[in-house]
Amino acid sequence: MTAQPAAASADGAFVEFDRVQKSYDGETLVVKDLNLQIGKGEFLTMLGPSGSGKTTCLMMLAGFETATHGEIRLGGRPINSVPPHKRGIGMVFQNYALFPHMSVAENLAFPLEVRGLGKAEREAKILRALDMVQMGRFASRRPSQLSGGQQQRIALARALVFDPELVLMDEPLGALDKQLREHMQFEIKRLHDQLGITVVYVTHDQGEALTMSDRVAVFNDGRIQQLAPPAELYERPKNSFVAQFIGENNKLPGTVEEFGEDRAVVRLASGEVIDATPVNIRSKGQQTLVSIRPERVEFKPEMMPAGAHTLDAEVVEVIYMGDIFRTRLKVAGSDDFVMKCRNTLGQTRLVPGQHVRIGWHPQDARALDPL
Amino acid sequence: MADITADIAPGPTAGSSDPAAGRLTTADGQPLARALARAQARSRRRALLLVAPLLLFVLITFVVPIGQMLYRSVHNDAFARNMPNLAIWFADHPAGTEPDEAAFAALAADLQKARADKTAGEVGTRINYEISGTRSLFTSSARNADDLQPPYRESVLALDEDWGDPRLWQVMRGASTAYTASFYLAALDLTRDETGAIARVEENRRVYVRLFVKTLALSALITGICLMLGFPVAHLLAVLPLARSNLLMILVLLPFWTSLLVRTTSWMVLLQEQGVINNMLVAGGVIDDGSRIRMMYNQAGTIIAMVHILLPFMILPLYSVMRPINPSYVRAARSLGATSWTAFRRVYLPQTLPGIGAGSLLVFILAVGYYITPALVGGASGQLISNLIAYHMQDSLNWSMAAALAAILLAIVLMLYWLYDRLIGIDNMKLG
Amino acid sequence: MKKLLILSTALTGLAATAQADITVLSWGGAYEKSQVEAYNKPFTAETGIAINMTAADNPATPIKAQVEAGNVTVDVADVEYADAIRLCDEGLLEEIDPAILPAAPDGTPATEDFLPGALTDCAVASIVFSTVFAYDASKFPDAPPATIADFFDTEKFPGKRGMRKGAKVNLEMALMADGVPADEVYAMLETDEGIDRAFAKLDTIKNDVVWWEAGAQPPQLLADGEVAMTTAYNGRIFAAAVAESKPFEVVWDGQVYEYDLFVIPKGAPNLDEALEYVKFATDTQRLADQAKWISYGPARKSSGPLVGLYEDGKTEMAPHMPTSAENLTNALPSSYEFWVDRDSELNERFNAWLAG
Repeated sequence: MTAQPAAASADGAFVEFDRVQKSYDGETLVVKDLNLQIGKGEFLTMLGPSGSGKTTCLMMLAGFETATHGEIRLGGRPINSVPPHKRGIGMVFQNYALFPHMSVAENLAFPLEVRGLGKAEREAKILRALDMVQMGRFASRRPSQLSGGQQQRIALARALVFDPELVLMDEPLGALDKQLREHMQFEIKRLHDQLGITVVYVTHDQGEALTMSDRVAVFNDGRIQQLAPPAELYERPKNSFVAQFIGENNKLPGTVEEFGEDRAVVRLASGEVIDATPVNIRSKGQQTLVSIRPERVEFKPEMMPAGAHTLDAEVVEVIYMGDIFRTRLKVAGSDDFVMKCRNTLGQTRLVPGQHVRIGWHPQDARALDPL
Repeated sequence: MADITADIAPGPTAGSSDPAAGRLTTADGQPLARALARAQARSRRRALLLVAPLLLFVLITFVVPIGQMLYRSVHNDAFARNMPNLAIWFADHPAGTEPDEAAFAALAADLQKARADKTAGEVGTRINYEISGTRSLFTSSARNADDLQPPYRESVLALDEDWGDPRLWQVMRGASTAYTASFYLAALDLTRDETGAIARVEENRRVYVRLFVKTLALSALITGICLMLGFPVAHLLAVLPLARSNLLMILVLLPFWTSLLVRTTSWMVLLQEQGVINNMLVAGGVIDDGSRIRMMYNQAGTIIAMVHILLPFMILPLYSVMRPINPSYVRAARSLGATSWTAFRRVYLPQTLPGIGAGSLLVFILAVGYYITPALVGGASGQLISNLIAYHMQDSLNWSMAAALAAILLAIVLMLYWLYDRLIGIDNMKLG
Repeated sequence: MKKLLILSTALTGLAATAQADITVLSWGGAYEKSQVEAYNKPFTAETGIAINMTAADNPATPIKAQVEAGNVTVDVADVEYADAIRLCDEGLLEEIDPAILPAAPDGTPATEDFLPGALTDCAVASIVFSTVFAYDASKFPDAPPATIADFFDTEKFPGKRGMRKGAKVNLEMALMADGVPADEVYAMLETDEGIDRAFAKLDTIKNDVVWWEAGAQPPQLLADGEVAMTTAYNGRIFAAAVAESKPFEVVWDGQVYEYDLFVIPKGAPNLDEALEYVKFATDTQRLADQAKWISYGPARKSSGPLVGLYEDGKTEMAPHMPTSAENLTNALPSSYEFWVDRDSELNERFNAWLAG
């Protein structure tokens, strides 16, 4: 697979999936040959659409699902046959899973009690954990008396209160509204940095993945499609799926006409020709999908590199979004091509019906496998 | 409240403690509360109209009969209505008064009246509930009542010297008012002695208190067994995929679709000494032919059959509480370091309490009132208090006694309900 | 359409001229069948009054309920003696003047033709039935039980016993088994010692008893092998033994017999037809006919000689009747006076004894 050893795991990975496979029905694999090393202190996000196998991986790590094949190691020790309660992994669930019949303090005391901690020590830890999430005043409340965001903080505190080295989070912010979610993303990131814990985070929200993670593993169809830091993922997607899944993206299908080390020329169906950087094409004449981010598209000739190919485009629609203009163009016979222009002083305002020539730096256009 | 109101609509009397002060008004100056009431009255009337049929139904089929039953348990005017002269004498003379000539004169007059109206049997039946053997005293005395002459005391005693029995006079005094507690006393194995003091009945006639206790104990046992058996089944139903759990649910509900009588008689076929289970045990060599196990016509039979019949009432509320319990609770507990037993005990079980409470209450209350099953398979030791209520309804025709027993049973059930409400909270109950 | 109209008009006219149907409440089973065959069919044939037959565990119960609620649907009911007396005393029954009953064929008036006690203010007896004990002959091939004492002897005759759940009959049988002559039983039961003695005798087999309530149960208990011997209504055992060829034998020693009577609830909807029915059903021939269907004795002296064969056409009925001379050697007529007075006390004690 495509896993790269992370910098943090130079002295051996903290969490390791070694050729792990999982099947529920004995006929189809939901996780296909997973190899993944997660370094100590790393924040790794498993990102993917539903059914891509990311949650299954998390559940295998937590011990709620058994791997059909392969080995999972934690701190170098195989944990396949270690029951969940002996793994010492903190976990935050999608619905928080706060015990409804216990108060906040009792919820936090639970992991400490089962570990046989004394009362004084328990109280100190609970207080510290609650302070950590700024919920010190809510110790005696019931979960049902808290808002969603507050419950989320308590769930977090409970997963951290027994000082686990590894914390798993299963779409923990899915139920929150946008503003709260962004705030909690920040909080989680802060706690991760502050405590130095290793976090494995599952989400289907790419924005969340990009903001929080050290590295993101993009899952699809039971495989990791790309494992990379957020910037690399966004700017250098390795295949069409990743390019499409992460961020907004313009796709231009075509045929490879010229093929070089770091440059290819692609002829579109309309007959026009564009420049691109070859990523996973191998030869001339091959079908390809060229992907360009909307914010990298230019329509002013002075912004384009000299000698680059340009395309004719007709403005279909301009949407004013405050910080940017989102412009929809008709390009190469298709009218879903998007261009984003910053709203700067003196920016040229386009109007529908206007014809412009658009272009880009060849390294921003990536010729990928045809999907 | 007054403060808030003052903030919004500071009137001339705002801030005073007078509750009428500072009321909110609508735009045209009406009190807001009245305007709201008027606005809602229409929809309330319509809502009432919708539930009216049910209300009427419940009133007619439930409230009225129960009221009638309670009334009957304290009201029996068979004596008071037919023996008016004696009733007056009892009213005029305090308890403990030796019956004098006037009393016997009243008795004679009433006996003559009873003869004319043919009510001696009715009167005798009423007194006979409390003193055995007095029924014929009344009927035979009434037959000869026309021979009675003053002085009545001698004359009546000559007719039958039992009329001098002070206990008889005590009982007649009790019966001379239509309203009486004597059926409740009898239902608690109590009676009044000749001085009017409450005393326990003879040892060999004490049956009701013992049966009440036994009924409650047996019902508790049956509830416990139902819980033990029903909990795993309900859990299985709750965690299986819907398609499979529906199939299983049909098996659970199957007994509901069979008549109670059929189910009970099937148990008879299975349990009796020449029955299927014993035959299989004998054929399998587990027991020999001479020592067949007696599983029916005793307490064991009642317990087995009733557990089977009441099991769905335990499973259904449990299931309805368990189904929505997210499996992530137990997972969370496990991930926090709890063994599967601890996770069950401290996280899963407490969340099923509303179902346990509802199921147990339901099974217990149903068991307390069960009657057909113990009558058929219970034999002598498996009888419950309801069988004696049925006996008084059907055989002894002493409906006041049946009503008193039923009322006590009702009171016990209501008390349990109250206790449950205090301990667990009735709004915590989930029936399905 | 026109035809239909004519037809329906004709039917309506017919219904209007016909007399009202009556409802008779009885005990169900073989006993009800005998009433249908012996009384109802000829009655309908003769008068055109149809009879709607219903059954209850004890017909006295619905009567009390119906009369008290003022909603009487039953015209004639078949009840036990003590119930007939009690219901009558409580004013729940219509009185029946014995003078209206048909005389015997030889002209003897009904009041003299009926057996002693068979006529009361409100009730007319139809049959005499008996509680006897019966055993499964296959269980006792060598020395079968012959006396009521044997029923209480589980050492000599091992096996479970079936008994009716209630004090009545059981106390009498217990005393007879304990050696009390039939004619002294009730005098003995009037005393506390006598009652104690009866319960003491019952104590000796208490753990071996299966209690029954409905008349259909004892033959079933015998057939299932649940009991070796059981008390039972003689007609039910007869039906099982003769009609179903079960190896059941009746022991007449210590039998307790009593009447079953027709009564008319107060406020019966069709009083005249009900009286017609009672008159018809209790005449000499009908009572004799009923014995063709069940082994209960007719309550009229004049019916005795007319009793013939069972419906199978070969079984002589006389030896199966509670009233035949050879069955009466140690027999006890049930005392309604005793039970009307002592019923509640003794049943309370019986229930206490049972629960203890």
